[in-house]
Amino acid sequence: MAKVTIDDITIEVPDGTSILQAARMIDEQHGTHIAPPTMCYYSKLETSGGYCRTCIVSVTQGSEKDPRPMPKPVASCRTNVMDGMVVKNTTSPELLEARAGVVEFLLANHPLDCPICDQAGECHLQDLSYENGKEETRYEFNRRRFDPIDIGPYVKLHMNRCILCYRCVKVCDQLTDKRVHGVINRGDHSEISTYIEKAIDNDFSGNIIDVCPVGALTDRTFRFKSRVWYTNPVDAHRGCEKCSGKVRLWMKGDEVLRVTARKDQWGEAEQFICNTCRFDKKKTSDWTIEGPTKVNHHSVIAQNHDDLRKLQVGVKKQIHQLDGVKSELGKGPLDPNNI
Amino acid sequence: MQLTDRKKVVVKKEMSFMEKLYLPAILNGMSITIKHLFKRSSTIKYPEQKREIAEVYRGQHVLKRDENGAERCTACGLCAVACPAEAITMRSEERRQGEENLYREEKYAATYEINMLRCIFCGLCEEACPKEAIFLTDRIVPTEFKRNEFIYGKDKLVEPVGQPVDVTCRQTKEVLSFKKDKTKYHNQTFKDQQLLEGSQNH
Repeated sequence: MAKVTIDDITIEVPDGTSILQAARMIDEQHGTHIAPPTMCYYSKLETSGGYCRTCIVSVTQGSEKDPRPMPKPVASCRTNVMDGMVVKNTTSPELLEARAGVVEFLLANHPLDCPICDQAGECHLQDLSYENGKEETRYEFNRRRFDPIDIGPYVKLHMNRCILCYRCVKVCDQLTDKRVHGVINRGDHSEISTYIEKAIDNDFSGNIIDVCPVGALTDRTFRFKSRVWYTNPVDAHRGCEKCSGKVRLWMKGDEVLRVTARKDQWGEAEQFICNTCRFDKKKTSDWTIEGPTKVNHHSVIAQNHDDLRKLQVGVKKQIHQLDGVKSELGKGPLDPNNI
Repeated sequence: MQLTDRKKVVVKKEMSFMEKLYLPAILNGMSITIKHLFKRSSTIKYPEQKREIAEVYRGQHVLKRDENGAERCTACGLCAVACPAEAITMRSEERRQGEENLYREEKYAATYEINMLRCIFCGLCEEACPKEAIFLTDRIVPTEFKRNEFIYGKDKLVEPVGQPVDVTCRQTKEVLSFKKDKTKYHNQTFKDQQLLEGSQNH
């Protein structure tokens, strides 16, 4: 076990835990917001992380035995804790400045097409730049330009928006049976290669949409259907032999516009879902609706509050009708005090 | 529960002789009416006569086109989310090949409706618009006899080609510099760039 202090909060974690995981543990225990943001790290994907540098933290004391600070900010997703380590994230102004620089670099080639992008509203890069970035870009050169490509019938690739986090590559690598290289060329010229198309037959290839932190990989069945904040998220499940069948439906009225995996508080899919659930089951009758997803009040998705409230009341009525039947429906967000 | 201490007890008292005559009250009323005949009228005869309005008056909306005649609106939905009266609805569609001169961006508003009965002309849609597409103008929404005629679609909102609606006084310096800045062209593909360069050469 190692004792680590992050932003003046001490926690004891098992050896081999990364600083990022320790910070997330603190957040889960104390309800704080000290975990550094991540763009490429994904706890469900092995060897992810280490590319984007948004999770940098400054280590002011290396360990109990060697209390020297680390000379540069370190990537917290790839640095393991040591006993007696002292880490600064939100309490260090220099670090926040450095992170703003990282965000500026990430945005150097990212187009300002949020009004068009389907990801807007649930985009991690949007959140990141809003919370950590600067208002203006100093980049004067032309941004990289690619034409959008259809990867199979379900996924659209906008290489313009890609920040090369490698998450989709890891998904293709780890969820499909054959190894697929995803990125070709180097440096400024790197792009997600069409090799990724070979993984599209796999039943779990749709998860590249969920793991993409930006709008580079988007759902073609949802393309331009609606803005994210005009749809109501609902948790639902169905008996699926390929995956857990536990999904989030994005509904407009009685229509299911989109199916995604359920995301946890770090924006990561709780369980990967199969392509049948994601792309083929677009009827309300295909699903057993558990109840509306709890949406953070600060999220733009909560903008649609009136409809969401109506929906919640509607679902509550349904549950009252089911009263007496012991089901999972009565739990969680359906507590009348929450509505 | 008592909310204020300004209550008045109504007393029904017997009218006096003078009051029962009613004549003084009628005369008093008539004098006020006749006095107003000789005063300057506070109304005007609209629409023959028009009142002077401020330069930044917020009247009927316009959906602008860019310098090439393509619609600026990309159906991002920010105006609708900003609208406190929830007057704006839209449906977006993907631009097809060959429509590049009609729509500026990859996505466009297939339908765009403003309910003028709901609209409170606050101008928040204009403020929210990231594409400088929607502006309020000095035009006054005309009266209609049916409610559904107040739901303005794209036919009434989009400015006609070649007859731009002047909104210069509503455009700030920032807006104008935004429009000049070619790097702010969003989501440009090779083809878009070729088109752009082609149009500049002509």
